Amino acid sequence: MSKAKWMSISKVRESIAASSSEEVTASYLDTISKSKINGYVTINEGAIARAQDIDKGKDGEGHDGILAGVPIAIKDNISTKGIQTTCSSKILQGYVPPYNAHVIERLLDAGAVILGKTNMDEFAMGTSTESSHYGTTLNPWDHERVPGGSSGGSAAVVAAGEAPISLGSDTGGSVRCPAAFCGVVGLKPTYGGISRYGLISYANSLEQIGPIATNVSDIATIMDVIGGHDPRDSTSINKEIAYRDSLVDDVSGLKIGVPDEYFGEGIDEGVEKAVWAAIQKFEDMGAAWEKVSMPHTKYALASYYIIAMSEASSNLARFDGTRYGLREEGENWHVMASRTRAKGFGEEVKRRILLGTYALSAGYHDKYYLKALKVRTLVKQDFDKALSNVDVLMAPTMPAPAFKIGEKIEDPLALYLTDVNTVPINLAGVPSISMPCGLVDGLPVGLQIIGNHFDESTIMRAAYSFEQNTDHLTKRPAGVE
Amino acid sequence: MITKDEVEHVGWLARIEIDEQDADSYAAHLNTVLEYFGQLDEVDTENVDPTYHVVDVVNVFREDVVTESLTQEEALGNTKSKQDGHFKAPKIM
Repeated sequence: MSKAKWMSISKVRESIAASSSEEVTASYLDTISKSKINGYVTINEGAIARAQDIDKGKDGEGHDGILAGVPIAIKDNISTKGIQTTCSSKILQGYVPPYNAHVIERLLDAGAVILGKTNMDEFAMGTSTESSHYGTTLNPWDHERVPGGSSGGSAAVVAAGEAPISLGSDTGGSVRCPAAFCGVVGLKPTYGGISRYGLISYANSLEQIGPIATNVSDIATIMDVIGGHDPRDSTSINKEIAYRDSLVDDVSGLKIGVPDEYFGEGIDEGVEKAVWAAIQKFEDMGAAWEKVSMPHTKYALASYYIIAMSEASSNLARFDGTRYGLREEGENWHVMASRTRAKGFGEEVKRRILLGTYALSAGYHDKYYLKALKVRTLVKQDFDKALSNVDVLMAPTMPAPAFKIGEKIEDPLALYLTDVNTVPINLAGVPSISMPCGLVDGLPVGLQIIGNHFDESTIMRAAYSFEQNTDHLTKRPAGVE
Repeated sequence: MITKDEVEHVGWLARIEIDEQDADSYAAHLNTVLEYFGQLDEVDTENVDPTYHVVDVVNVFREDVVTESLTQEEALGNTKSKQDGHFKAPKIM
């Protein structure tokens, strides 16, 4: 039978040409059925029928889209018409969206076949996928460790060969963290680069949908499909980027900034070494690096969490038992809603809603929320300043490799602190790609390449060049070809 | 410091029922995080404007024409509690 393996989009397309999308899709579903990592929350029962439709095409000659027949896994917070979408929460158990997110429309137009919905931290609130109502996902490199989060399922299934590509979402590192922990590539695009229409909102001023894949070229291909303007998202920006055109193996003259603050207290020695070795490699390839200072980095985490929780307390108000999802009994609407939310939300979601409500409440708004927004300005100015002198910034995605399941879940603050290198990027809204740059004790290390607003072309070029001149992306978890 | 009573009050504002025995542990967790948030007090933000959005958000207008949208049946498809084409909820007042 089929063996779990990493497949690029072009390899998948070759397989489809040699057999059919139906056969390739069935092979992935077979691999998934034997999985031990709990990466999927829901399997798309219509996947085979969809693959058959693509094989046949409208005119009997097959679909000619760039993703014709290519299977993809979708994070469980992106609306898929007719396929259960729960945000890995009990409160949305059984919820079937009546419409597709913008990115799903684009993927389907391009011919993609949705395999299923991937596990995540409940409502994307977490760094480990342990807060999912449906149990944690295991890291394919070491089943005792977390896959990262919140898009842990999306990264783990790609690393485990259970999907060639996937979509996640990144509010404070939720694509880059699991990509780093699972040894695959993940992009958080510029804020406004991809429509959020149909993405179930957690912190709307911070989050972006982002692709996860086993190589940089596939990231570009997915972005060419899902990126661009959509009038249904008022924060979507009308700027066309030709992602695949940026896949050039040449970094000569590239100026790299290395922020000291990202190599701070608590950084793992092996991670530090691997990232510096990567920067050295870029120098060998013709780039130049210099240290840059981003003095407000240490305040980014507090600012991020206050803003994210405040926005969450508002965005998650819609889950009140009235129109969809769980409903508890109560003598009036307020009691019904309060009981529904008490029972339907997990502990971390409740904590964040409570903290966000508190931070926005009378008497505390200026102390917490407004203060956090002002600090956000300072963090953003750090990026503006640094990126006016250099082309890209490089840093570790995560300060340490994947931690053990259960190690941090009882201590929310310890878990928040692991996001120290990813959240500033979301506060500033700039793009960042995480890609493997080595292993420490058999666990992958992520290199983060950060660019200026809508300058994905430069970070993609750097990432592609690094991939072409190193062998990091040939390393796979045990049992995966 | 957030007190147990405040936790219950915030729970009411957020429409999340909190048992009395849970209020203590919420207060402890919340205080740990709030204490961490307190470090922002040391940042000088005098004359700094807040950033609500990183991109310049402009009003988005569209022509006032009827377009396709969900049918009533689709919109009500995820609830068992409906009547005459409406969502049915317990009394609110």
